[in-house]
Amino acid sequence: MERETAFKKEMFVRDETNRQEAEKISRPSVSYWSDAWGRLKENRLAMTGLLIIVLLLIMAIIGPHLNEYSYYEQDFAKKNLPPNAEHWFGTDAAGRDLFTRAWHGARISLFIGFMAALIDFVIGVLYGGISALRGGRTDHVMMRIAEILYAIPYMLMVILIMIAMKRGIWPIIVAMTITGWIPMARLVRGQVLQLKESEFVQAALAMGAKMGWILRKHMIPNTFGPILVNITLTVPTAIFAEATLSFLGLGVPAPQASWGTLASDALGSILVGNFYQLFVPAILISLTMFAFNVFGDGLRDALDPRLRK
Amino acid sequence: MDLSSEPSSSEKKQTLGVISMWKYTFKRFLWAIATLWVIITVTFIIMKAIPGDPFAKDGGLPETVQKNLHRHYNLDKPEIVQYGLYLKSILQFDFGPSMKHRSITVNDYIKKGFPISLHLGLQALIFAISFGLILGVVAALYRNKWPDYASMVIAIIGVSVPSFVLATFLINYVAVQWNLLPVATWQSWSHTILPTISLAMMPLAYIARLMRSSMLEVMNQDYILTAKAKGLKQSTIIIKHAIRNAILPVVTVLGILTTNLVTGSFIVEYIFGIPGMGEMFVTSIFNRDYSVILGSTVFYSAILIFLIFIVDVAYTWIDPRIKITEEGS
Amino acid sequence: MEPLLEVEDLHVSFKTYAGTVKAVQGVNFAIREGETLGIVGESGCGKSATAKAIMKLLPSPPAQYERGLIRFQGKDVLKASEKEMQSIRGKQISMIFQDPMTSLNPTSKIGKQIMEAIVKHENISMKEARQRALRMLELVGIPQPEKRIDQYPHEYSGGMRQRAMIAIALACRPKLLIADEPTTALDVTIQAQMLELMKSIQEKMGTAIILITHDLGVVAEMCDRVAVMYAGQVVETGRVKPLFKHPQHPYTRGLLKSVPRLDANRKAPLQPIVGSPPDLFEPPQGCAFYPRCSYAMRICKDYAPKLEKTREGQYASCWLHHPLADKTKWLKEGMAVDR
Repeated sequence: MERETAFKKEMFVRDETNRQEAEKISRPSVSYWSDAWGRLKENRLAMTGLLIIVLLLIMAIIGPHLNEYSYYEQDFAKKNLPPNAEHWFGTDAAGRDLFTRAWHGARISLFIGFMAALIDFVIGVLYGGISALRGGRTDHVMMRIAEILYAIPYMLMVILIMIAMKRGIWPIIVAMTITGWIPMARLVRGQVLQLKESEFVQAALAMGAKMGWILRKHMIPNTFGPILVNITLTVPTAIFAEATLSFLGLGVPAPQASWGTLASDALGSILVGNFYQLFVPAILISLTMFAFNVFGDGLRDALDPRLRK
Repeated sequence: MDLSSEPSSSEKKQTLGVISMWKYTFKRFLWAIATLWVIITVTFIIMKAIPGDPFAKDGGLPETVQKNLHRHYNLDKPEIVQYGLYLKSILQFDFGPSMKHRSITVNDYIKKGFPISLHLGLQALIFAISFGLILGVVAALYRNKWPDYASMVIAIIGVSVPSFVLATFLINYVAVQWNLLPVATWQSWSHTILPTISLAMMPLAYIARLMRSSMLEVMNQDYILTAKAKGLKQSTIIIKHAIRNAILPVVTVLGILTTNLVTGSFIVEYIFGIPGMGEMFVTSIFNRDYSVILGSTVFYSAILIFLIFIVDVAYTWIDPRIKITEEGS
Repeated sequence: MEPLLEVEDLHVSFKTYAGTVKAVQGVNFAIREGETLGIVGESGCGKSATAKAIMKLLPSPPAQYERGLIRFQGKDVLKASEKEMQSIRGKQISMIFQDPMTSLNPTSKIGKQIMEAIVKHENISMKEARQRALRMLELVGIPQPEKRIDQYPHEYSGGMRQRAMIAIALACRPKLLIADEPTTALDVTIQAQMLELMKSIQEKMGTAIILITHDLGVVAEMCDRVAVMYAGQVVETGRVKPLFKHPQHPYTRGLLKSVPRLDANRKAPLQPIVGSPPDLFEPPQGCAFYPRCSYAMRICKDYAPKLEKTREGQYASCWLHHPLADKTKWLKEGMAVDR
């Protein structure tokens, strides 16, 4: 009671202004996406991944035009040259400029990766969505079919289909997506089913909201997170699968180049000591795998609503 | 299998659980057979879809000889009959002769190559699982400290670097330049080290990452707090409560990891010149030896589908929470 | 009599990437042997953090014990080593948690989970431990304990799981049991059974109980004394009956008024406390309840009141009890809520 003296009578006057503050919400509400973006930005590894992806995309667009060589032009006088001022990444066994081929390969590999992911996404969302929304017998039959196909070893199926088809970019994409869409379909189905049962959708239904509105306002925003993560992780898987196919001689035909064909072509010249030829595609594939994986992981963490603060 | 859903608890369902577990196993087995049938059918269709006559390539064969060959391989019969015969021969585990080397059957190839591939595969799998688990646990326990970063660097390298790149780098440095281990072939145990590492890196990294996140999640569970509130030592909590639960998601991906391991083995065996099934498979793709390609595809598929079946069923027995309902999964 | 447990001026904060959350900011209370103390408050007021701090169960980082004292049987818990804590946890002090669905290890048999604590703290054989576990299951009212002991948690219902949790907690006859919202996740009928069980066990074993809850009814039913927490601080404490009859803090009064009563006039509206608790990232400088208080004065905005004796055996931290304060409104409205 020593501090008593410091207090004056007027301090004990009723203060009616206090309630105004109470009605204020203590912190501004942050939307799901901006909140997720905020958390993603904090994740330095994921942002590094994003940066690498953007850089690779830019280089895929402008890279092949940065010098005067084309990806198919052969010059046998200049074969197997190590990196130098003229050929920045050196030349291959047919005297083609590896810098141009590397970024041409980026186009092909990234195109295959993104296309495969996109097609998987479209088929997966349609199949999984229909299965879950229809429910009952339809769902049962559709899921049994998916289950059987899912158990087929992925790469074996891709190889098998590639053997029956002509070599080329689209056959590769087709082979990859023929069973590749299933994980996406299962994911979408699971998400939609969970949401269908969820209280907020039930509440929206009970309040007489239309299905389309619910789809737009609730289903899509809420299923999109895991789907986006899945897409992000499908791209590197496809690029990787393409590399394996190239290695088996089932990749894009010459003179086209993908990172996979560049790497498998280079394997032949390793024993001759031309290690640099493998180095470039190996680094590019690894960088891409790294970038998409860490970005996908970061995205998963950022979009996880349980982590919202 | 949705782990988050709360299983029911009444007595009745409990006894029902064991019966439906058998039912589930049986059902699962039927699905595995169905999958295998789809693959066999696809291989048959592909065999038929491949343009050209398998015997035309040889060229210069007299027409009568070609006809005899067609009759010998039943190619003169209607396709549905051929399909039936194909199914029958596969059921009898007979994949027919190689198209390139008629005197050798696909079965011969498998008998010769499979034991080697199995050795390499198992060794890589054991290496991947044991080190993957250790790295994952250590990373989770030292979250955001240097052991975590070190493990995750290894894991990131593992998922980022394709096996053929890793294999080539290992050969170039460890074998050729530093001369520490043999370059290639399959003779002594020291020959197996580099291929094992090349093959194991990817699943190892995958397991490490999965185990890390699984451990982190488990360590946040209430029952870990309960264990701590009992006064148990940190080491007891980690071993008896955390790892036991965290390992379950890892079990579920073993099937898919083994599948990846098989795909990886094609390349690794080829690069290291290991006379296993994978190398044979790659060579047959290069040679367009269709009967070998299709035969080994069926063989690989059968093994992998059976393995996934085992993993799925084993999981329902390992995790006491999983009570299979009538629905199946 | 020397109290079993004393908590003095406890401060706990959590470091997160968004800033430091000052979850507990000067908590004081004490509990004697065999007594039941209730800690009530809204969610997020620091009740659970306080409870876990007593057993040093908060993971550190992010938790930091900034200052204060937790004295258990004369020993400063905050200064104890992890090894010493291990010998206290489960043996001297036990804890049961809110959600029995998640607080048992799903892959370990119930019996094993009980025996684990016994074997750890007492030098007895596995066989004896199993006998003790059986007796504990019987004590907490689990039918057919011989069969139930070898079952997994998912084979138990929610109520049975919480009984099993109590069996684990009491297996080594601790002096103090901390129950963190033990009935919140349960059905109302099972809640009552659980409270009965805790009462009867307390009578048999003489265990002191700290009961953390947001349910004033539970406190009235179970506790000898109560501490009301708001925004990480104890704002009022005292014996349950007089405190509920004559709350000395506007928050306590608000809590009591906002409880629906069976005997109340249905037409009379419920009286909720407006607003929401303060952001503990930046706790206010003055009284934390100031923005929501119907009796706020100018002083409350800038100066935090201290916990002071207001009636016999009752303490509250509110400027209304200052001699200079005008208590007319407080006293007038106070008559109406007397219960």
